[in-house]
This record gives sequence, C-alpha cells and structure tokens, in this order.
Amino acid sequence: MKKFILILLPSAAFLFSFAIGRYSISISQLWSTLYGHYFGTIADENLETVVFNLRLPRIFAAMLVGAALSSAGAAYQGMFKNPLVSPDILGASAGAGFGACLAIYYSQSGFVIQVSAFLFGLIAVLLAYLINLKLDYDPTVGLVLGGILISTLFSSGTGALKYFADAYDKLPVITFWLMGSLSSVNKQDLFSAMIPMLIGFIPLFLVRWRLNVLAFGEEEARTLGINTNRLRLIVIISSTLITAASVSISGMVGWIGLVIPHLARAIVGPNYRTLLPVTFILGATYLLLVDDMARCLGAVEVPLGILTSLIGVPFFILIFKNNVRGWK
Amino acid sequence: MEVKNLSFSYGESEILHKVSFKVGDGDLMCVLGPNGCGKTTLLKNILGLLTPSFGSVLINGEDVQKLSQKKLAQVMGYIPQAHTPPFPFKVFDVVLMGRTAYLSSLAQPDKKDEEIAYESLAKLNITYLKDKIYTKISGGERQLVLIARALAQQPKIMIMDEPTSSLDFGKQNIVLEHVRQLSKKGISILMVTHDPGHALFCADKVVTLKKGKLIKIGNPQDVISEESMKDMYDMDVKIARTKLADERIICVCIPVPSISEGNRSA
Repeated sequence: MKKFILILLPSAAFLFSFAIGRYSISISQLWSTLYGHYFGTIADENLETVVFNLRLPRIFAAMLVGAALSSAGAAYQGMFKNPLVSPDILGASAGAGFGACLAIYYSQSGFVIQVSAFLFGLIAVLLAYLINLKLDYDPTVGLVLGGILISTLFSSGTGALKYFADAYDKLPVITFWLMGSLSSVNKQDLFSAMIPMLIGFIPLFLVRWRLNVLAFGEEEARTLGINTNRLRLIVIISSTLITAASVSISGMVGWIGLVIPHLARAIVGPNYRTLLPVTFILGATYLLLVDDMARCLGAVEVPLGILTSLIGVPFFILIFKNNVRGWK
Repeated sequence: MEVKNLSFSYGESEILHKVSFKVGDGDLMCVLGPNGCGKTTLLKNILGLLTPSFGSVLINGEDVQKLSQKKLAQVMGYIPQAHTPPFPFKVFDVVLMGRTAYLSSLAQPDKKDEEIAYESLAKLNITYLKDKIYTKISGGERQLVLIARALAQQPKIMIMDEPTSSLDFGKQNIVLEHVRQLSKKGISILMVTHDPGHALFCADKVVTLKKGKLIKIGNPQDVISEESMKDMYDMDVKIARTKLADERIICVCIPVPSISEGNRSA
C-alpha cells in the first residue's frame, strides 16, 4: 500500500503540474503532443513549444532538484550523526552562490553562470575538506568547522560582489538568482545539470545500507568492518556533485534538504535502505508542488527559495510535533 | 590473540608501557584497573582503532594493523557501552548491521544475513525485542542487543568495554551470565570491567593495569587479593569466600567502610 502511494504521488503531481499555469494542458492534450512530437502529427505548435521548451524542462528540473537536495540532506544527516544537518553544511551552496554572482558580475551568459556556480560549489567543499585534514581533529567536527569557515568566506565574497555590482543592472539579477528560481530553466541547463547529479546519485544509492552503520559513530562503524574514511569520501563527493549541480540551476533553495528527510523518516523509519529512495520521491514531489505554487500564486513569479522556507518552517514544526519514529 | 610488548603514547605522554599477554581460545579474560590506567587505550589498540607506538597485537599470528577493517571485523567483535544513536533504528536492523563485514561494499544484507541476525537474537533470548525501537528499550536490553550485533559478526574474539556500567544489579548479572555462556561456546572474550566482583564472578583470567603497566596476570583468585586491590584502588577491601549448597566456591570483593567517630563511640 505504502509502495503504491509512493509511486502514485509523484506521477499525480507530474500530471497535475501540466494542467496548471498560464497555459493549461489537459492529459489528453499532453498525450497527443507527446505522441505528435515523436511521430510528426503535431496539430498545435504553440502547445508543442509550451510542453517541450517550458513546462517539461521546468517540471523535470523541479523534481530533480527536490530529489537531489533531499537525498544529499538525508545522507549528510546520517554521516554527521545529526538530524539537523542540511546539504549545504560543507559550503556547497555558499560556494555555488558566489560562483554564480561572480559570473553575473562579469556579465556572462546563463550557461557560464551555471558552470561557474557548479565549479565554485565543488571548490568550496574541497577547501572545507582540506581544512578538516589540516585540523587533524575528529573528522565530523572538523568537517562541520571547515564547512562553516568556507561558507562564511564565500558569503562575504558574495556580499562584496553585491556591494560593487551595478545597482540598476546587475544587482537585481544577483539578488533574484540568490532567492532561487526555476523560471528560466531550459533543456540545455537541465541536461548539463543531470550528468553530475546522476554521477552522484548512483554511488549514494549503492552505499546506502552503510550509512546506517556510520550513524553509530566513527569507532563503532570501523569495528563493524567499514572503511570510514573511504565511505565518508564517497558520501561527500556524491552529495557535493548533487548539491552543486542543483544549486547551479535553481539558485538558493533552502530548507528542503532538512525537512524532507524528516518527513520520510517519520513515514518509513531511519533505515537508509528504504529511507533514501523514499526521501528521493518525496523530495521530487514536494519541490514540484512548491514550484507550481511559485508559478501560479501571483501575477508575478514568487521566488522559489522564499516559498520553500515559508512553507518549510511550519511544515517542519508539524512533522516534528507528530513524529513518533523520526527522531526522539 | 596475543598482545606483544605494546606501548602507546599520545605525543609525549606514554599511556601504555610494554604490555604483553595472551588470550587463549575460549578464554574469558577481564582487565581491571583504576580510571586512567590505560584500559580503554588498550582496547582501542587491540581493535585497530589506534596504532601502537611500539609492539603489536596479533590475531592468529597476524598483525591487527595489517588487516583491513573488514577482515578484522570478521574475527573480532566489539561491544561498546550501551548508548543512544541519533536515529531510532529497529532492534533487528541494529543486529543486522553486524553483518556489514561480510557484505561486498555495494551490497545490502540478504535473507541469509537476516537469518543469522535472528539466530543471534535467539541465542540471547531476546527475539521479543526484534521489532522494538532500539532507542526506546532499557539500557540492559540495549546492551544485550549490542552483544547480539557482535554475535552476528560470527567473531572468534569479543572485546567488551565495561558492558555492565549503568545497568542495575539484576541486569548486570544477566549480561555477565550471557558473557560466561559465550566463552563456554568457544568465543575468546576480553572484557574491561570496573568491578573486581565481576571478574571474580565470570573470568578465567585477570589482568591488572596501573599507570599503563601490566601489574599482574593470572587466575582471578590469585590476582584479586586484598593487598593487590589496596595497591590499585587505594582502599581497604575484604575478599570473602563462601561455599554454595552444590559445593561450588564463590568469592566476592567487599569494600571495607572506614571507621568514623560515630562508629567508634557506638
């Protein structure tokens, strides 16, 4: 029953998301457009443009980013033995934000902005990791410390860029980017973000049983036969690829990586064997629905990052209050 | 298992100094010593979590430092003090984690692993805990679950770090009784304990440590004497021997209350 609902949920949200918006598309229209696109029987070319260039990339992007941030958050929560950790703990988001702002500051194209965000996300985590190695301290504490330091560094960099940016031309673009949005996602953006995401997802899913053992702490995990240094590195590299790729197309979308793993844990318990796939599905559904709201709530788009936080906070309190299996 | 000439230092300060002893197959050996004597450091060296400054720990003639974490976990199980992990895992899942050392790095536990986990619970008579939440059961039950998890590793040696601390009187003895039974079945056990009485209750052999040096090794009745306890814990104790109805002799270690003014006048 649970399994059935978990498959039905994202499918229903997927179809629903076509139907709403400034240009409503019914299921039969969607079917005839999809069929027509591949078999050359298109009747309505406007419809085809909306489906393939606007709605489809955006829906996929929302689902991917939601699934990505949630899965990375769940993995980090286990690795850091702390349920209050989110995927940006090692500085991936702060780095990506800085990378994007830098590219905007130098008037680069959308694609360059995306690549720069992705690369700086990776650089930030690499620096945090190096700080951890230099500190030569308890690895979980060292990593968190490194993450905080690097996040601060890149956030101040972003602040400086905003200060020096042209107030009429570039500052608004930077500000909007940082608030998070999927409104300008196109097929190319989606495909170029999908590759690093997949490279990250696959190992994370394969090692998910071991994340359970890691939650018992460094020493116990080692005595149970886990090479903790190697596993930690796999989790960090995977989650960083996923997070940096997400942020590079969506901008800063907060809270989802913290809230969704909690929701999943409340439903199926903490065993990563089921927790990770369920987190993936719920994250995809959740961000898709929130993005639908961002599209349709007002005459102008509401920034996605603002909505995820606005909804995330009461949602989190609700889960936390009624949570019997999640964390207590 | 053999500890050979083991020394360990944190920077300048030496925690362990040339400690050597052997644990035979099926032996239950207790390590006794005051706080800060290096008991925990000794365990960590044996478990391969720390690297000795000098000397080595050998298992079947192989240096622990040269074995992979996985190989080591297949011969040696570790039972820490009962604790609370941050997530409410099911008891069965916790025990199943004992199978990690037998899984290839990308695999999930299968039916056979689940059977072994179930048998481990059955050996300790705690199958009724199977579907309970690990974080919500009592401390004594949690300790037994950790022993079951180590059993699922199918080890030849078990290393226990004060498995009875923070348990009530009854639970301490349930745990010790299980430990005794395990050693009878041929598993070598090295147990750190804070209570000489526990060593007298179940150990085949006792090692005493003080300031990182091995003081004595031998049978519990020989090692735990009124003089040696005075020397180690700096307090007066009485060792009492008593005969049970079935002719077995048991020993207990009783701390002697100091004579205060009130006692003298009475």
